[in-house]
Amino acid sequence: MDIFLQQIINGLVVGSIYALIALGYTMVYGIMQLINFAHGEIVMIGAMVTITCINLLIGAGVNLPGPLLLLAGLLMAIPISMLLGFTIERVAYRPLRRAPRLAPLITAIGVSIVLQQVAMLIWGRNYRPFPQILPTTVHDFFGAAVTDLQIAIVILSLVLMAGLFWLIEKTRLGRAMRATAQNPEVAGLMGVNINTVISMTFIIGSSLGAVAGVMVAANYDQAHAYMGFMIGLKAFTAAVLGGIGNIGGAVVGGLLLGIIESLGSGYLGDLTGGFLGSHYKDIFAFVVLIGVLVFRPSGLLGERVAERA
Amino acid sequence: MSAPLLKIDGIHKRFGGLHALNDVALSINAGEIYGLIGPNGAGKTTLFNVLTGLYQPDEGSFSFNGKDLFRQKPYVVVESGIARTFQNIRLFANMTALENVMVGQHVRTAAGVFGAVFRGPKAKAEEAAIAARAQELLDYVGIGKRHDELARNLSYGDQRRLEIARALATRPTLLALDEPAAGMNPKETDQLKALMEKIRADGVTILLIEHDVKLMMGLCDRIAVLDYGKKIAEGIPEKVKNDPRVIEAYLGVAPE
Repeated sequence: MDIFLQQIINGLVVGSIYALIALGYTMVYGIMQLINFAHGEIVMIGAMVTITCINLLIGAGVNLPGPLLLLAGLLMAIPISMLLGFTIERVAYRPLRRAPRLAPLITAIGVSIVLQQVAMLIWGRNYRPFPQILPTTVHDFFGAAVTDLQIAIVILSLVLMAGLFWLIEKTRLGRAMRATAQNPEVAGLMGVNINTVISMTFIIGSSLGAVAGVMVAANYDQAHAYMGFMIGLKAFTAAVLGGIGNIGGAVVGGLLLGIIESLGSGYLGDLTGGFLGSHYKDIFAFVVLIGVLVFRPSGLLGERVAERA
Repeated sequence: MSAPLLKIDGIHKRFGGLHALNDVALSINAGEIYGLIGPNGAGKTTLFNVLTGLYQPDEGSFSFNGKDLFRQKPYVVVESGIARTFQNIRLFANMTALENVMVGQHVRTAAGVFGAVFRGPKAKAEEAAIAARAQELLDYVGIGKRHDELARNLSYGDQRRLEIARALATRPTLLALDEPAAGMNPKETDQLKALMEKIRADGVTILLIEHDVKLMMGLCDRIAVLDYGKKIAEGIPEKVKNDPRVIEAYLGVAPE
């Protein structure tokens, strides 16, 4: 029982990170039907900038408690990611707005490769350890072990998601975003500035991605220039699982994928008599992706495709 | 007589080999209900799209309220005071009726992006005013009680009304309606007619495309008839109805 609970908790932690990243994919897709494959790299750069910033502060002899150092790193990483997301859209996607859909998709893959290479030039090709600044207290939760970090990740994710829902449902910008997603031409006629809406979508998605990147690095104690690829692909899977373009779907898909992956890797060894171990956990995401694409291409909460027609 | 509110002259629009609008000229006076009729494919909707900035004409001139709108972007046209509805309803289907009308006010409200996110008291007050005005407009077109309903769940007639409310939210001087009575039953058509008369009485000029000739004759001050991209008649309904060229366009030539 405690192993089961432990896997569920681990799954929720990883799942809420997936969900944060999946929101970035799904928001961009909802508004411009583009899969922004460079989003994983934003996540990576968010993690890298934070690590560098913390190390610099420690190197400069700043003596702050760990969580404050982390916060300082985040405050550095978020604006950089926002700027990066904004620039990518301006430089790589906007000129292709009226091009066939394949063109921006290939551009997105190109941007993703460029960012990986640039990151390697800056940070090298080795794993970067996450500085040991956070308390490692372990709490006992009905027989399962939970760290402060895990609690913080889940709570922060939930707060950010709630904030995003509020933004989209209750503010003028959110209303403009929804109108643009449903009918850009008419939204433009009503005075909605489509370019601003798209820029803001990238900026918001990128800032969530940066926070998620820091969570990944802190949770696994490391980061490296290629990390964006796998985490991006999994978050994309989560977005597709929930129904791409659907905000609630990204959250559900992320959490669900995290739990599936965690339970799957936890029991895979037992199920296969030790033939396959937990290091095969990555296959679950892609089995799920294939399953969704075959049996329910619109995702769990997806209905947008039919509506759009 | 003062200068017309809207004036176009020598408008041409071609799609490849199709000469959709051929030297069309017309003027609409402030305060009138101006009708546009013609057989299917005559170029009514094309002209409509030119007048609302969705199509850029190839040649001609287009002025509105003293402003040159020739080949202007759609939102400039809206800003100048021309709002429209669509023949095939184009609402934001997954937003509530109220939200649809609130979006319509974007063109007239100032709050920037950051004001919208980090809401100061000013932005909050503006937001409240936008919501109140949207509710007023829903009441005005007669669907005030349905403000929380998603647009796609409204009945067909109510969707048409919602489109009118959303267009009115942009505070137009000229409201252009593309077949607003299409698919309506006689009772709904009567209510629509009353609504249009109310809008005109409140000082908004109306340009109307409609197939329902009876409705047009009873409602419009002046009517223009298009056929094969050309204006073949213009004037008061009585005159247009008896114009031989109009009869010919609709019914063909009587055998000698």
